Amino acid sequence: MNSTLANARSSSRTTRPVANVQESSNGDATPIVNVEDVYKAFGQQHVLNGVSLTVNPGETRAVLGRSGTGKSVLLRLIVGLQEPDSGTVKVFGENTTGLSLDQLAPIRKKMGFLFQHAALYDSLNVAENVAFPLRHHRADMARSEQNDRVRQVLYEVGMENQSAKMPADLSGGMQKRTGLARALVLDPELLLLDEPTAGLDPMGSAEINELVLKLQKEHHMAFIVVTHDMHSARTIANRLTLLNKGCVVIDGSFEELQDSSIEFVREFLKHS
Amino acid sequence: MPILTPLGELVNDFFEWFGSLGIFAWNIARSACTPPFEGRELVRQLDEIGSKSLPLVALAGSAIGVVLAMQARQSLTQFGAKSLFPSAIVYSVVQEMGPIITGLVVSGRVGAGIGAELASMKVSEQIDALEVSAVSPYRFLAAPRILACVLMMPLLTVAADFCALLMGWFANALVEPMSLHRFMESGFNGATLSTFLPPTFKTAVFGLIVGLISCFQGMTTTGGAEGVGRAATKSVVLASLFVILADVVLVKFILVVFPI
Repeated sequence: MNSTLANARSSSRTTRPVANVQESSNGDATPIVNVEDVYKAFGQQHVLNGVSLTVNPGETRAVLGRSGTGKSVLLRLIVGLQEPDSGTVKVFGENTTGLSLDQLAPIRKKMGFLFQHAALYDSLNVAENVAFPLRHHRADMARSEQNDRVRQVLYEVGMENQSAKMPADLSGGMQKRTGLARALVLDPELLLLDEPTAGLDPMGSAEINELVLKLQKEHHMAFIVVTHDMHSARTIANRLTLLNKGCVVIDGSFEELQDSSIEFVREFLKHS
Repeated sequence: MPILTPLGELVNDFFEWFGSLGIFAWNIARSACTPPFEGRELVRQLDEIGSKSLPLVALAGSAIGVVLAMQARQSLTQFGAKSLFPSAIVYSVVQEMGPIITGLVVSGRVGAGIGAELASMKVSEQIDALEVSAVSPYRFLAAPRILACVLMMPLLTVAADFCALLMGWFANALVEPMSLHRFMESGFNGATLSTFLPPTFKTAVFGLIVGLISCFQGMTTTGGAEGVGRAATKSVVLASLFVILADVVLVKFILVVFPI
């Protein structure tokens, strides 16, 4: 067990092919996520108005914007919890619109999702929460292997000593770490993080940022991070998308945002 | 025409609710019939819904038995038909009182429990978390609960019937001593299996109603704590109402198919 734990931080998990990362930086790779001209409204409230974005393998994209501008809705469309009114959402090359739960399942197994409030199962303890996806999707693994895997991811997020605690007994930061461990346990290729630093103190935010950076470095997975925390976005993302009133205002690196002459971008940066 | 708008909305809401319930039921039926099957969750729900409802159902059955014995004894004595007392108790308990009391007690206890639990999971995004983990909430949450309700309801009815008959005999024996053996022999005189089985198994339909409605209310609720409270209340009210309505239809159906 000790050796398992010792190997955990040095990434014993499957790593994405390095070629993908290189392709990503050249912009030639097939995107993992391709959102095209998506519209979404709830009654009279138009939340997304023709949003398009792509995420390449190994890329970390931050989606920024004011509250209520459609950032979380965009994530929910990508993961298939909601469907667009028009436009297409392709994940791993497959159009997810109109797919049933069973048809979405193989795509979702390659994704991890950290909810804003972690959404831990409150009747299960930390270890059981993390083990939940394994118990359902890795019946081929022996129970002892599953338990080792759970210990490994809990160690990666620094929760190895809290495995018997119930979610109600955890702080906000610990809940997010546990949620992150649960999202990581199936070794996803794409990780979606909804406001990972919201509600955390500066130390807690920094810890989550460091954790994401470590995961990028060790596992080379793609990330989409929804946040309104500019510091966090700048720390972890290599591309940023700024939304306003359901539209993409700018899409580029942090430097491109800084150099932008668009009034809203300048205002947003000024108040961040 | 201002009265037509609220009325139209009411009719629209009524059909929309039934339509959504139908789609929900179809999704559950489809999920429940395809693997993987959630056997462990089903066993957990059988315990949660069956074993843990047993004391309440037994208590309600006992109370009904005592009350029925006191009322029936007085009425039958008044009309000079005291000798029919055991049969009156047995038939009224087994054919109607036991099933309906079990249905209503389980509607209250289990309906509120399922409605509140699933609604709480819904508003805290735990059901969404299940979905994004590629686990069907219909298969994992709803199907085992509904199936457990369907399977446990007839067994709970048998328990309620047993307690009601036992306490009915006991309440009568305090006033006019009669052996349990004589009471049962006299009460079950002329009874056949079709006297007991259809009323007992009709409660499986009550179980389906309680499970389906409470899962639907819980999993489709919106809002925070208020939404959870609303889902629990609606689960109990609608489940009880539909159990009573279903009872009317089922009693007529049983009388037609299994005439006495």
